[in-house]
Amino acid sequence: MNVIETSSLTRRFGDLTAVDRLTLTVDSGEVFGLLGPNGAGKTTVIKMLTTLIPPTSGQAKVAGFDVQRRAARVRAETGYVPQLVSVDGTLTGYENLLIFAKLYGVPRSERQARIAAALEFVGLGEAAHRRVGGYSGGMMRRLEIALAMLHRPRVLFLDEPTVGLDPLARQAVWQHLRSLAQEYRMTIFLTTHFMEEAEALCGRVAIMNLGRTAALGPPEELKASIGRPEASLDEVFAHYTGHELDNGGNIREISRTRRTAARLG
Amino acid sequence: MKSRELDVPPPAWAEPAGAARATGGVAGFLRQALALAEMELRKLLHDPTELLTRIIQPVLWLGVFGEVFTRVRAIPTGQMPYLDFMAPGVLAQSVLFIAIFYGIAAIWERDLGLVHKLLVTPAPRVVLVLGKALSAGVRALPQAFMVYVLAWLLGVRVKWEAGALAGVAVIVLLGAAAFSTLSLIAACIVKTRERFMGIGQALTMPLFFASNAVYPVSIMPGWLKGFARINPLTYEVDALRALMVAGGHSLYGIGLDLIVLVITSAILTYIASLLYPNLAR
Repeated sequence: MNVIETSSLTRRFGDLTAVDRLTLTVDSGEVFGLLGPNGAGKTTVIKMLTTLIPPTSGQAKVAGFDVQRRAARVRAETGYVPQLVSVDGTLTGYENLLIFAKLYGVPRSERQARIAAALEFVGLGEAAHRRVGGYSGGMMRRLEIALAMLHRPRVLFLDEPTVGLDPLARQAVWQHLRSLAQEYRMTIFLTTHFMEEAEALCGRVAIMNLGRTAALGPPEELKASIGRPEASLDEVFAHYTGHELDNGGNIREISRTRRTAARLG
Repeated sequence: MKSRELDVPPPAWAEPAGAARATGGVAGFLRQALALAEMELRKLLHDPTELLTRIIQPVLWLGVFGEVFTRVRAIPTGQMPYLDFMAPGVLAQSVLFIAIFYGIAAIWERDLGLVHKLLVTPAPRVVLVLGKALSAGVRALPQAFMVYVLAWLLGVRVKWEAGALAGVAVIVLLGAAAFSTLSLIAACIVKTRERFMGIGQALTMPLFFASNAVYPVSIMPGWLKGFARINPLTYEVDALRALMVAGGHSLYGIGLDLIVLVITSAILTYIASLLYPNLAR
C-alpha cells in the first residue's frame, strides 16, 4: 500500500520553482530518502507533504488523504521532525512530550504509558525529568523523535535528521530510525544532504536537483545504472546532476544550519 | 507490500490511529488550547525571573509618575485620588505590555521550528491561536496580582472582594487575549524580529496614550476622543476601574466593556487563525 503518493507536485515562490512536477510513491514500511544539496527543494517537499504549505499545482496524498482537502487527517497520521531543534529548553523532556501528547489528543488513559514508552525507545528514560536545555544535541534529536511518535503516526517525516550532530550521535539517531521502520513498520521519509546517511538508512532514494527529480531508485540500482556498481552515492549524484554535492545554499539556509548546530552544541 | 513486512509481527500500534478520533469536538479543542496554556505555565514555573523584571515598569508608573501627578493635581479625577484613578490603568498597561510581547515570542518560535510543529498537529489553527491567547493570560494574571500588591502598598484603596477579584481576572484574561492576538497578527505579517521591534512600540504607545489609562477621555482633544472611544484598552481600563478600586466606577458600563473585549478578541482570533500558517512558510 502506498503511504505517500505525489503526482506532478509543484510549488513556486514567485519566479522560483522550488519543486517542479515531483511524482513519486512511497510504500508502507519503506525508508525513503530525498537527497540533494541545500536549496534543491527538499524542505519544500516535506512542507507540502506535512500540510505546512499548499502546493501550487499537482497532488499529494499521505496515508491515503489528500494534503489539501483532508489536511487535518493527514496531520493526525503523520509525525514531523523539523530541521530546526524545536523542543523547548526551559521544559523537561517529559513535559515536552506531555504537551504534545495533549495536542495530538492521545487519550488520557494511555498518555503516561505512551510517554514512558517513547522516552524508553529513544533511551531518554533517565533524563526524562531534566530540563532539555541541559541535553546534548543527540539527546535533543532523540527527544524530537520520541515526540513525533507519541500519536503513533503511520509516516514520519524528518528534515535533515542529523544535521549538526557528531558521528556518534548520528549513529544513535540512525539506530532509532531503523528500529522504528523495522519493529513498528513505520514509513519514514527523510531529507538529507549526507550521502552516507542515505546509504545507511534508505531503501530507495530520489536525487533532487533544482526542484526536479534527477534519479530515483534503490542506492545499488542507481550505482549500477551509471555502469559502476562500486561507485559511491556521491559519484551517482555527480553523474545525474552534473555537479558535486557541496554544502552550498543561500545565506538563509546556511544561517539556519548554523543556528541548529549552535543549539545542538 | 514488501516481503520483509510479512515476517514481522504486527506492531503494538498498528491499529487505526485512535488519536485522530480522540481529538476534535469542543472538549477536544478546549483541551488542546489548555495544553498550550499549560506549557506556558510550566515554563513560567521553571523560570519566573520575568515576573520580577516586569514589575519594574508598574513601579515607575505608580511610584514615580503617579506620586508626582498626585501632587500636581493636574488631572481631574473627581472624588478619586489620582493614584487610585491610575492604578487600574497601570494594571491594564502591564497586561498590554506582556501581551504585545507575544508577537515576538511567535517569531522566536518560528525561528526555532516550534510553530511548524504546532501547525502539523491536528489542532485547528484557531485552537492554536486561542491557546496562545490563553498563554498570554497565564503570564498576565500573576502580573496583575503583583500590581495589586504594589497599588495596595502605595495606599490605593484596593477592593479585595472575591467577586470583584474574579471580575478583574476575567477582564485581564480578555485584555491579554485581545492584545496578544493583535501582536500575533502583526508578527504573522512581518515575520522577522528586526521588523517586529519597531511594531511593538508602534502598537503599545498609541493604544496606551489614546486611552483612559492615566487621564480621563474627557480632557482629550476631540480627534483623540474619537480614537479613545474605539480603543479596546479604554474599555478594559473602564471595567478595571470599577472592579479594582473602592469608589471607582465604570463610565460605559461593565456589560458594554465585556462585550467590546469579547468581540475584539473574537475578531482578532479569527484573523490571526487565517494568518498563523504564514509563519511556517
